[in-house]
Parts: sequence; C-alpha cells; structure tokens
Amino acid sequence: MSLNATLLGQMLTFAVFVWFTMKFVWPPVTKAMHERQKKIADGLAAAEQGERDLEIARHKAAEELRDARIKAAEILEQANSRAAQIIEEGKVKSREEGDRLIALAHSDIEQEREEVKQQLRREVVDFAIFGAEKILQKNIDESVQRDLLNNLVAEVEKSA
Amino acid sequence: MSENPADASAYIQHHLVNLPLNLHNFTFTSGGFWTLDVDTLGIAIVLGVLFCWLFRLAAKKATAGVPRSWQNFVEIMIDFVDSQVKETYNGKSQLIGPLALTIFVWVFLMNFMDLLPVDLLPRIMGAMGAPYFRAVPTADPNLTIGLALSVFCLIIFYSLKIKGFKGVGHELMHSPFPYLLPVNFIFRVIEEFAKPLSLSLRLFGNLYAGELIFILIALLPWWIQWTLGGAWAIFHILIITLQAFIFMMLTIVYLSMAHEMHS
Repeated sequence: MSLNATLLGQMLTFAVFVWFTMKFVWPPVTKAMHERQKKIADGLAAAEQGERDLEIARHKAAEELRDARIKAAEILEQANSRAAQIIEEGKVKSREEGDRLIALAHSDIEQEREEVKQQLRREVVDFAIFGAEKILQKNIDESVQRDLLNNLVAEVEKSA
Repeated sequence: MSENPADASAYIQHHLVNLPLNLHNFTFTSGGFWTLDVDTLGIAIVLGVLFCWLFRLAAKKATAGVPRSWQNFVEIMIDFVDSQVKETYNGKSQLIGPLALTIFVWVFLMNFMDLLPVDLLPRIMGAMGAPYFRAVPTADPNLTIGLALSVFCLIIFYSLKIKGFKGVGHELMHSPFPYLLPVNFIFRVIEEFAKPLSLSLRLFGNLYAGELIFILIALLPWWIQWTLGGAWAIFHILIITLQAFIFMMLTIVYLSMAHEMHS
C-alpha cells in the first residue's frame, strides 16, 4: 500500500474523463435543458398574453353591448316620438277636416235657408197680392201695389 | 471460511493487496514507485468509460422536448450538480460543473464496487490467473490521492489565474492575520496542503474501512453472514453516496475559494 505510479495514471485518466464530460456530455444536456426552460417560459408567457387578450376582448364586447343597448333605446325613443308626432298630425288634420266639413254643412244649410227664405218671400208676396186682390176686388195698379208689398215684406223680413 | 486464525489473517491480507504491474519489466511483481495497480486503474477506467458512455448516450439524444427516461435521469444528475455549483460558486466557469459531475458519478461508481460480494471479482480474476485483485478502486490510496492532487493542481492554477502571482503571494503573507508575516505563511501553506490530504484520506479511509468490514463479515459462518452483511450493505449505500457527494462538494468549495479574493 505504498504510493506508486497508479497515482499518475489516475490523474491522467481523471483528466481525460473530465475533458470528455466537459466537451461531450455537459454542454448538450445543459443546452437542451435551457432550451426547454425557455420553451416553457415562452409558453407560459403566451398563455398569459392570451388570457390578457381574452380579458380585453371581453371588455370590448361588453362595451359594444352597452353601446348597442343605448342606441336601441335611442331608436326606440325616436320611434315613439315619431309615432306621437304622427298621431298629433293626424289629430290636427282630422280636426281641420271636420271643421271644413262642418263649415261646408253650415254653408249648405245657409244656402238652403236662403232659398227657402226666397221662396217663402215669393209665396208671401203672392199670398199678399192674392189677399189684396180679394179684398180690393178692384183693378189697381199692380206694380204700385207690388212695390208697396215688397217693402212690407222687407220690413217683415227685417223684423223676422 | 476457515476458523483458523492464521488462515483468516492470510485471507484478509490477501484481500488487501493490489495486483501490481512492475513497469520495469512488466511482470506482476512490485517495482517500487514504478508500479501500476492494475486492478485499481482497470476498474476505474472501466467505470469511467461506462459513465462517459452512458451520459454521452443521453447527451447525444438530448432534446428540448419531452425527455425520455434516461435523459431525464442524466438531467436530474446534471441539474443537481449544477445547483450545487451555483450555490457555492458565483462566477462563470466551463470546467467546474463537468468536473463536479465527473467526480460525483465516477467516485460513486467506484465506491459502489464495495457493494459487490467481496470475493466475487477476486475469484473471477483469480481463475483468470491474477494472484491478487482488489475490486474497490477508491480503497486504494493511490487513486484517491491522484484525484485530490488533480483538484489541488486546479486550485493552484485558478488561484494564479485569477489573482496572479502577486495576489497569491499577498494572500499567503497577509491573511488570516494582518502583519504577521511568517506565521501567516506557515498557516496558509499548511491549510493549502491539508486540502488534498484530507480530501483523499477521507475517501480512502471510509472505503477502506467499509471493505475491511465486508471482509470480516465474510469470515463469519455462511448462515449468519446475511444479517451483518445486509445491515452493513444498507448502511454502506448511504456512505458511498455521501462520500462521493462530499468529495464533489469540497472540490467545488475549494475551487470557488480559489476564485475569490480575500479582502
């Protein structure tokens, strides 16, 4: 158990093995490990990014929905007011129409009354003349009488 | 085994002699310093090649995708070693990680030979004509001192590289105590030389003792061996892992100390 050349052989062997490990074992494995680490980190980052994107999209969707709801309410209100306006317009128009019809009827009635009045007047004149003829039994100047009676009728009318 | 004390002693002695290769005449005799412990070196190289081959297998097919089972194991080992290195040593070095990994796995494999039945490899090699054979390379001080000396050379190399001759000289003279020059120098030199010595003798001592106890257990009657042998083997699993880890950890610590300036 004395020291001998095994020691030197061992040092040489050791150096060779360390060199081999340093050259051919350590670098590829650590490289693969680092690559995997990076891959996993990238994957996690991507997942996080995706989650953030989703959150943003969700936000946007909610905003859009709210906008749409507001717009719909606006449109509804517009429609309502338009409808009210149309109803109002219809009301006005129908009232005007009614008024017009009433006025027409009034004027018809007036005309008819006028006609009836004329006729009545004529008949009254006739009756009066007839009456007077009967009473006087005398040929009198018919035109003078007629004027007289016409005046009388006008007076009657005025008072009527 | 025989109950005869002389036989028992011979059995133990026989198990504690390495297979020598005399470098003067290439025979299996001792040749002083120029002797190679063939069994130690042979098993160490076989295990080292096994380690390199197996790990290279995973490294060649290493993907950033989902790792297969063997790549997974290799990655766990590398990650474990790497985290130890990063915890202790804050700098960038291409060497320390692979160095620590090699030490850990290789020393563990060599320690693991201790868990094989003590007579298995010696009997096989004996049948092939080897007069002696020791199966546990780390129970040979030549191997552990070789490892520790390599680490020591790296410590010196990095100290000089980072701090320069002047920095190292200054450190040797002026710490731990300011202005106590000769005392500091002696302290520091002892400290530096204690590093490889403790590193190698710790590993050697643990494994040598473990091997010796297995040999002693092998001397018991065959029907009782499993009790002590089993218990010691289970406990030894802890020891061989721990010793490999300690050797790796101390290497990292020493090298990180070599990188750091004493302010």
